[in-house]
Amino acid sequence: MTTEMQKPIPYPSPETQPFWDGCKRHELTLPYCTKCDAFFFYPRQFCPTCFSWDIEWRQCSGKGTLHTFAIQYRPQMPGFTPPYITAVVQLDEGPRMMTNLVGIEPMPENVYCDMRVEVQWEDVNDEITLPLFKPAAS
Amino acid sequence: MTLKNKVAIVGADETDEIGFVPNMTPIMMHAQAARNALRDAGIAKSEVDGVFTCGVGPMASTQLCEYLGIIPKYTDSTQIGGSSFVVHVEHAAAAIAAGICNVALITHGETGASGRLRRGPRGMGGMFDASMPSAQFEMPFGVGGPPGVYSMCAMRHMHQYGTTSEHLAEIAVATRKWAQLNPRAFMRDPLTIDDVLSSRYVAYPFHIYDCCLVTDAGGAIVVVGADRAREMKKKPVWVLGSGEASTHQSILGMPDITQTPARYSGKAAFEMAGVTHKDIDVVEVYDSFTYTALVTLEELGFCEKGEGGPFVSGQRTAPGGDFPMNTNGGGLSYTHPGMYGMFILIEAVRQLRGECGERQVKDAKLALVNGTGGMLSATGTLILGTD
Repeated sequence: MTTEMQKPIPYPSPETQPFWDGCKRHELTLPYCTKCDAFFFYPRQFCPTCFSWDIEWRQCSGKGTLHTFAIQYRPQMPGFTPPYITAVVQLDEGPRMMTNLVGIEPMPENVYCDMRVEVQWEDVNDEITLPLFKPAAS
Repeated sequence: MTLKNKVAIVGADETDEIGFVPNMTPIMMHAQAARNALRDAGIAKSEVDGVFTCGVGPMASTQLCEYLGIIPKYTDSTQIGGSSFVVHVEHAAAAIAAGICNVALITHGETGASGRLRRGPRGMGGMFDASMPSAQFEMPFGVGGPPGVYSMCAMRHMHQYGTTSEHLAEIAVATRKWAQLNPRAFMRDPLTIDDVLSSRYVAYPFHIYDCCLVTDAGGAIVVVGADRAREMKKKPVWVLGSGEASTHQSILGMPDITQTPARYSGKAAFEMAGVTHKDIDVVEVYDSFTYTALVTLEELGFCEKGEGGPFVSGQRTAPGGDFPMNTNGGGLSYTHPGMYGMFILIEAVRQLRGECGERQVKDAKLALVNGTGGMLSATGTLILGTD
């Protein structure tokens, strides 16, 4: 637990608070541009594509594909014990997000791009829950 | 050329609230002020192609461009305290007068009053500001330094285009052969493809030999105007083409994980110089990792997208190959102090002057230099030539 405590934790800002509030409820809630009719990530108060400030928050399925990954054999941040998998997940709703792939041995032969994944919540403390991902139950 | 009457300020505004605004972070203020000023000018964000700012991280302009969704032709993070935004106006004028950009956006945002109430680490010009996107959406997942990020980019490239560890190893080995011809190179022992493939992983798919050195080094370049250049004793190395671009700050902002902004900076440099890829005699590209060099060749257009692996195969970039690249031994084997770009410039100049001894590329008259910064974030391309 000591090493867990040393990991960098997110400090929500006013424009990202709804995302982290959603995580706390174990709901993957992303900003949605009503002009583009599309989700985007990371959260801003405006759409980075069309610059509309007409943004809603909508819930996503928590399912997606492993867009890419790497197995980290050296800790890139304090509190992480290698090897661990850093992953970019492409959500079924479109946006990509950074996460860790868990629930699988971090070995090259186990992990491949475009495998199906689903969110697994990690409650870090009373305020912060991280959206991690695991291989989807088939 | 004079800057007089070359530009005018056509939009100016502030954030909606000023004074004590605890519900906004510095970068939020940049965005809101930008929206308001552009609205004042009646100009769309999509027309902005020059961005001048500081105070939002050590790569302030790149960070802000990612945040606002702008792919700039010109950025300037000049940080000289309170006078920064004044000189940004002059820099913008120079850039516009020179035709580098058309619509320059200068932004500022600070929370000197309420910022101290925000939680989390801060400081170093935003480098450690917990409100920045990377601190919230990357670092909590153990993503930080270049090996951890470039390896993920390489993995997607391998998946999408069939690039292999052997392809990457070709570059490590070819570059080492150049280093063996350079007495100043840090690593000169023989290296084989098998050596690379059997070495330990740093961040799979990267082996240790896919990663650059970590060294001490320094360098400098002197640039003068054309008339003065012709008076010099040594033959001038002319800047025939140049380009600059950035597409993101961190991996989450990448429009396409398998691409780099060299596709923009390279295109611009080639167009300015009016030469084609076949005209280039020697190529010096940033090789923080083997993959950096491979993907850069694709993005510059030396081969089709995704064909970088086959392109470098058969030791094509090695001494004696038909595509001499990173002739000093590169960041992989010559030296890499952290920001390596200076050394690809110096090597290009030396090659064009014919000063390279054993590793000299015969009759080198045109060189291409491509520097890459951040997380494949920002690139500058130069095409240099002799009379």
